[in-house]
Amino acid sequence: MKQNVSITVNGVKRTQEVEPRLLLVHFLRDAVGLTGTNVGCDTSQCGSCTVLMDGAAVKSCTVLAMQADGSSVTTIEGLAQNGNLHAVQNAFWEKHGLQCGFCTPGMILTAVDMLQRNPHPTEEEIRQGLEGNICRCTGYQNIVKAIQFAVGAAIKRREDPRFIQGKGNYVGNIQLSGMAHLAIKRSPYGHARIKSVNTKKAAKLPGVIAVFTGQDLIDGGVGKLPCGWNVPNIKVPARWPLEVDKVRHVGDGVAAVVAETPYIAHDALDLIEVNYEPLPAVIDARKATEKGAPLVHDDVPDNVSYTWGIGDKDACDKAFAEAQHVVELELVNQRLIPTAVEPRACVAQWSAASEEMTVWTTSQNPQPIRLLLSAFTLGIPENRLRVISPDVGGGYGSKIFHYPEEIITPWVARKINRPVKWVGTRTEASMTDSQGRDHVTKCKMALKKDGTITGIHVQTWANQGAYISTFAPLIPTALYLTLLSGLYKVKGIWGEMWGTLTNTVPVDAYRGAGRPEAAYLIERLVDMAAHDLKMDPVDLRRKNFIPKEEFPYQTPVAFVYDSGDYHKLFDKAVQVADYKGMRKTQEAARKQGRLVGVGVAGCIEASGPAPSRVAGALGSAVGFWESAVVRAHPTGKITVLTGSHSHGQGHETTFAQVVADELGVGIEDVEIVHGDTGRVPFGMGTYGSRSAAVGGSALVNAAKKVRAKAIKIAAHQLEAAEEDLVYDQDNGKVYVKGSPDKAMPFGALAFASYTAHNLPDGMEAGLEESAFYDPANFTFPNSAHIVQVEVDRDTGEVTLQRYVAVDDVGKVINPLIVDGQIVGGVAQGVGQALWEQGVYDENGQLLTGTLSEYAMPRAHQFPTIETARIETASPHNPLGVKGAGEMGTIAATVAVANAVMDALAPMGIKHIDMPLTPEKVWRAMQK
Amino acid sequence: MYSANFDYYRPKTVAEALELLRKNKGARVLAGGHSLLPAMKLRVSSPSALVDIGRIKGLSGIKASKAAVKIGALTTHAAIAASDAVVKACPILAETAGQIGDTQVRNRGTIGGSLAHADPAADFPTVIVALGGTLTATGPKGDREIEADKFFKDLLTTALKPGELLTSISIPAYGNFPGMAGAYLKHRHPASSYAVVGVAAMVGLVGGKVARVSLVVGGATANPVHAKEAEKALTGQEPTEANIAAAAEHVAMAITHPMGDVYASGEYRTHLATVMSRRALMMAAERARG
Repeated sequence: MKQNVSITVNGVKRTQEVEPRLLLVHFLRDAVGLTGTNVGCDTSQCGSCTVLMDGAAVKSCTVLAMQADGSSVTTIEGLAQNGNLHAVQNAFWEKHGLQCGFCTPGMILTAVDMLQRNPHPTEEEIRQGLEGNICRCTGYQNIVKAIQFAVGAAIKRREDPRFIQGKGNYVGNIQLSGMAHLAIKRSPYGHARIKSVNTKKAAKLPGVIAVFTGQDLIDGGVGKLPCGWNVPNIKVPARWPLEVDKVRHVGDGVAAVVAETPYIAHDALDLIEVNYEPLPAVIDARKATEKGAPLVHDDVPDNVSYTWGIGDKDACDKAFAEAQHVVELELVNQRLIPTAVEPRACVAQWSAASEEMTVWTTSQNPQPIRLLLSAFTLGIPENRLRVISPDVGGGYGSKIFHYPEEIITPWVARKINRPVKWVGTRTEASMTDSQGRDHVTKCKMALKKDGTITGIHVQTWANQGAYISTFAPLIPTALYLTLLSGLYKVKGIWGEMWGTLTNTVPVDAYRGAGRPEAAYLIERLVDMAAHDLKMDPVDLRRKNFIPKEEFPYQTPVAFVYDSGDYHKLFDKAVQVADYKGMRKTQEAARKQGRLVGVGVAGCIEASGPAPSRVAGALGSAVGFWESAVVRAHPTGKITVLTGSHSHGQGHETTFAQVVADELGVGIEDVEIVHGDTGRVPFGMGTYGSRSAAVGGSALVNAAKKVRAKAIKIAAHQLEAAEEDLVYDQDNGKVYVKGSPDKAMPFGALAFASYTAHNLPDGMEAGLEESAFYDPANFTFPNSAHIVQVEVDRDTGEVTLQRYVAVDDVGKVINPLIVDGQIVGGVAQGVGQALWEQGVYDENGQLLTGTLSEYAMPRAHQFPTIETARIETASPHNPLGVKGAGEMGTIAATVAVANAVMDALAPMGIKHIDMPLTPEKVWRAMQK
Repeated sequence: MYSANFDYYRPKTVAEALELLRKNKGARVLAGGHSLLPAMKLRVSSPSALVDIGRIKGLSGIKASKAAVKIGALTTHAAIAASDAVVKACPILAETAGQIGDTQVRNRGTIGGSLAHADPAADFPTVIVALGGTLTATGPKGDREIEADKFFKDLLTTALKPGELLTSISIPAYGNFPGMAGAYLKHRHPASSYAVVGVAAMVGLVGGKVARVSLVVGGATANPVHAKEAEKALTGQEPTEANIAAAAEHVAMAITHPMGDVYASGEYRTHLATVMSRRALMMAAERARG
């Protein structure tokens, strides 16, 4: 029975008749239309939905609208007064306290509450005060700085004003007239045969528009989800948008309901009767290959989808035969759940008149998604299909891939001829977003007595989950085994792996994607070797570095490293960390019986996958170039179209800087357009830390062409030879050498190009250029991270005491943004080392499916992360940049693990698998 | 997430609330809603009706006398944490309230809701048992007082009878008693922020020796338990490090069927209880010395 509720929202009284079950957050978003308040979880953990209720911060997902009856609510939209940002909003902007922006409204309102109670909080108090808010991007550091800054009163990011005011345009915020809501019936079993699906009761529920089964979709023409990376002899089992014969992981979809409201759609899910025959499940990557293991797909014997190997096996065997010392390790690199705070969502609108479909989706790469929808899964031709990824609340890889809901939503929209919206819940995200890592590995390292590394041998069983996700086979092959040389000059490397199917959520790229797995085992082995050989771990590393004179350096595992100076990198890290001082601190602590450890990691990354020809030879179904258009308008304002997509990385700022610098115009005159296939040309999107190196290079090349044409026009109009002209990049003017007073500004040249009254013979009108940049090679960022931890001898709890991150990501365009990426990446890497793990029981039940069980890093768990850099330019892209998005994660995981093992070394402990939870550490100490 | 539908009532008085509970057998009481609503959103709990007691006057507030602090069931964790009266008369309660959940949870969650829900991982039950608090249940026949020791019956189960409402909690104002002090330590679950193990220790010193001690462990078992053997071992002793460590070794005896989950096994919880008891007793003793 509906009841009246009256809530004053941002000073305006709103009265509405509502169902009592309506949550305050849905009242604000759907009834009032204020979509700045976001929903990131189901269990009151993430804090994205925080608003002020009668002045106090509350989570509006855990308050009924009826409970707020008569109260006064302030949302993020109500914080600015008379057009002036609130001090906390300003501070978040000033200090780069946000990336994707999704958690930002909740963070800001929590900070407002905090500062009301305690106007001068310490850093410790700020971090504690953020316990109820989760950020996946920033590592919290700049949020803490922002709150400190707000108390007192680089180039700031241009995208931030919309996020700090709750005006981000996320897919879940889209409201279309006549929109219906989709919900998916999902398997509660890890493995079961579907005997029948009865939708009759659900279809009869008032408010339900239609219910569809997997067979309905197949009959309606949908296709199987394809794999985009086909290594030799791979077996890619069938995967349908909704399954028909069997379910193979908890969360596998079996039916879809479309209804007038999401509440009714979810009511209807409870009325769908699915008759399952539960089957035995297999969870472990290696056990899946053993005799008698249940088959996930009947047509994939032994559950092995593919195998792959790389290196010089003979040289490797020789190295171990001649080794003076060998270290060996069996490890599990655990399952991770990426957990972008914005759950995936999709909206679709079909125009029956023009037979055109528009799909809004939370994707890192809308153009490839359109291609897959067109060519494989939905069948609407590309010229009648527009895919838009507006603001996306974090991805970290998990939003690269093609997902069933991207097919079902537009299919249903066309079927019922109404706009349809699907917004995943956190629980759904946990069991349907592609997950990360999950390797079982046996590895060993051969050394001489003096610490020279001579061989590395690796065998890995990589869990692929129940299906082969879009790029799954790339991760444990060309992004993992190819990195086994690390920073070191080693001849005898051999790596081989088995990609196996299990009754778990599919596994694909997650921040780092293959490279942290490689870094983890190499750097663990190096530390173990240093311990055995009684060498300082920094010294052992230095002994084996590839010298800077040897770049470009060909490793035995395919890659040619572009540039680097690893000695200089470590010099800097040792100096910033005061490594010797840390060791003294450790020594003193040990004398007191305390377990202090120092962890070192030196890591390599291959970022910006390239070139297309090589990728194709390795199994890629797509190219790895990027597109750009630089369009100068007649007045000289510039629109830039890029195939890259920004979901927190700040492209709207960095890319504008790149183009503004090249053309000498103001950054405020450059507008960046991305994420809409209706506006930008075909491109490849954002993943693998490629945006600056590949997307940015395409932009520079297009801008250079614009500049060249502008110079030609200037030469013609100034009646001078081109070589006699000066392009004044500071002021955006062209003049004849020696006559700066007679300069033609960029705007005048653009205008001249469009009037076409006086152009050189044969020149086409207009000032717009495009470029497709296909890089000659990956870039190879590298890092030296040094960490100090203390382990509680009684409980096994680990405390991070210091964290020093020194990285070489090539030339830096925007230091504020690069530091933000590094620190955010570090937080995710530390999360894997210490807290995060996706756990399945033997039946395939996911035991960590909500944020009450899956431990996301929180602000109070971190010290201030100290960052520093060296810059060695990448020689093969015009910007000299290397990827910056993943290095922090790659290095942090093993740096922290090494620190903990170093702390435990006096007790004879050599290795504990991650996450290094208190209980695991305690158990190791009992032995 | 979306809960199933339910009827919603918002009584203005306790009498009205009791009448609604009598009429609606499947109804649940809604206070701050921070345990109930998440369960309803996941459709783990789907009550036919909610009786929202949030607007009943007189159920919220803190009254301190020389001997006791009386706290209305609807008082929020935030209000308790910030109350000067509580900080003075019963500091361990304010210390505990400040560690519950997070800012937003503390702004909405209530002490009555926490106690009546009887979640083994909640913080207040452990402390209320350690303090020897008294809970007032109001039913159709009037008020009934229940000792904290007898209030928690099993997992999510209390001594409240159907149709009864927890209306207030009374705890000794030990802050006014010389030589008396307490400490609450919590091993926070890294995801949920609930207590994996919570230990409340109260120590009363007379002439440098432990005259009274109350040591309660929460989180390890369905309900908080007194570590009686440990209490016995420490009573009459000087609160030295060695004596306290020896006493804490008896804590495990009180934890007969420890619970375990993905994060922490029963064995580890028992171990944590021992370590944290030692630390909480040390802290309480130090505070008691003044």
